[in-house]
Amino acid sequence: MRNDKRYWLDDPRNVTKLYRAVWAIGAGLVLAELFVRRHEELAFAGWFAFYAIFGFAACVALVLAAKEILRRLVKRPEDYYER
Amino acid sequence: MSADIPIALLPVLGAALVPLIRGRSRALLLLTLPLATFVWLLLLPHGEFARIELLGQTLTLMRVDRLSLLFGYVFVLALFLTAIYALHVEDATQHVAALVYGGAALGAVFAGDLLTLFVWWEVTAVSSVLLIWSRRTERAYRAGMRYVVIQLGSGMLLLAGAVLHVNAGGSLVFGRIGLESAGGALMLLAFGIKCAFPLLHNWLQDAYPEATETGTVVLSAFTTKLGIYALARGFPGTEMLVWIGAAMTAFPIFYAVIENDLRRVLAYSMNNQLGFMVVGIGLGTEMALNGAVAHAFADILFKMLLFMSMGAVLLRTGTVNGTDLGGLYKSMPWTTGFCIVGAASISAFPLFSGFVTKSMVMSAAADEGYVFTWLVLLFASAGVFHHAGIKIPYFAFFAHDSGIRCREAPPHMLVAMALAAILCVGIGSFPSILYSLLPFPVDYAPYTGTHVLDQLQLLVFSALAFSWLVRSGIYPPELRSVNLDFDWIYRRLGLELARASARVLSAWLLTGGDAARSLCNRSLTALRRHHGPESTLARTWPTGSMALWVMILLLAYLLFYYL
Repeated sequence: MRNDKRYWLDDPRNVTKLYRAVWAIGAGLVLAELFVRRHEELAFAGWFAFYAIFGFAACVALVLAAKEILRRLVKRPEDYYER
Repeated sequence: MSADIPIALLPVLGAALVPLIRGRSRALLLLTLPLATFVWLLLLPHGEFARIELLGQTLTLMRVDRLSLLFGYVFVLALFLTAIYALHVEDATQHVAALVYGGAALGAVFAGDLLTLFVWWEVTAVSSVLLIWSRRTERAYRAGMRYVVIQLGSGMLLLAGAVLHVNAGGSLVFGRIGLESAGGALMLLAFGIKCAFPLLHNWLQDAYPEATETGTVVLSAFTTKLGIYALARGFPGTEMLVWIGAAMTAFPIFYAVIENDLRRVLAYSMNNQLGFMVVGIGLGTEMALNGAVAHAFADILFKMLLFMSMGAVLLRTGTVNGTDLGGLYKSMPWTTGFCIVGAASISAFPLFSGFVTKSMVMSAAADEGYVFTWLVLLFASAGVFHHAGIKIPYFAFFAHDSGIRCREAPPHMLVAMALAAILCVGIGSFPSILYSLLPFPVDYAPYTGTHVLDQLQLLVFSALAFSWLVRSGIYPPELRSVNLDFDWIYRRLGLELARASARVLSAWLLTGGDAARSLCNRSLTALRRHHGPESTLARTWPTGSMALWVMILLLAYLLFYYL
């Protein structure tokens, strides 16, 4: 099963294009807030770009905590329980 | 009339025919049984049927109401999809186990009393472990053994709780139980094991990834959702569950980020999704309960879809480790697409199923003023997109090209995935159908401008965080490792304690050996004196002396009678 076809995503420049496109979508979504009348159940959720900032910060915090704290505490060799 | 026989008997007894036939007729049977069960389900009238009097108690084998029907529909749907997905499997054990397991889950959902519930509860445990053992590896055998001990333990707690509950003046009817009695607490613990409460959760991540590629799909559908059903029936509005559920949504996602086995990542994300349902049950309002069970319905479908895509990868490449995979979209484009639909559904993208179900629980939490819980749920929503929505498709199908070139998944697997994907999109795009099946009338509109925009912002910026972390090299690489979780307590600490106590005991026997030996010798001598071949008790007696003794005893009796 040889498959040497070049795919669009094989080119790193295209991946960068995709990455920038997602940033553009994100920016568009934040700007859209100016045009959508929002009804939030919790007042602070109505702050400008609350969900965008929360989403970004939550994921960075999640990954850093998992990598720097949890992995250091719980990582063991793959055969830990077989020994 | 159709409700006078437990509906569970159709798949359970039908399973007995599976080993007798092969080939096309077996495939036909495997597909017909769930379909026939579904038709039966549609004919069921509401009410309580199939009552039996036993030991002064009334057992209700069939209680049909909106809650049990909702779970009934999705269980039969799951049985049908897994039957299609597993058509290539020759091993009859797995088909029989899946049918009995799904049937037993159905039986438990329609059980109107605690004893019937207990019986089906245990049948699910025993039948489901076969799906793990069918992997036929030492690892799977051990994981299955740990799994079945915990599952049967949950059944024992349920039985003990039911007995205490009845003794304390409660009835055997399986309705709202509450925590007023000790029996109620035991039953909450039993349900909590099945729902994978924190610290009771580890059987899930331990055992599910060790099952066969089709077995894990079956397992993901029933046991935990049966727990959610039982919890929704027995403990709605128990505030403790809000905190337990919130903890469940948050802690597994940290593990999911660093886990390498992608099916284990899914097991952690399952734990996280169950948390949303448990929060909904704890809140106990009509909207929260609707949200909890609707999310259970949606979760069964998208989680099966995700496990199906990983099962297909495992079948074709022999591994689901993030370290070994990557670039599979070139070989398995369809599987990639279906996996992305499942990922979008679990992440609650608008137009996908999670969006219209999970949000009911979150809205209910906000309405009831649980601000902290709401923030935890929002964090978990961003986190689930991160680890299940992106990590799973990214490491399996994209990331760096692993060089693996394999065939696309077999056609029947693609059909099963396509059907599951259609259901996920269907529920997300036309939520009113699912809403009309929920236990309470629904007064909730998921597609408001605010909600769609909020959710899209949350998800797109989570995705941006992921891509930024990966591109900047901060994202932790996938590593071959075992991550210690609560199972360390019984797999390592317990084992070490057992070994240590064995060492102490044998040392004591060695030093105190002489004392023990003389004690043994003395008791043996005594035993020999009384019972040995030369002893009084073993001697043979002439019949005449026996007759004499009987006469003496009778005379003594006569004498005492006159006195």
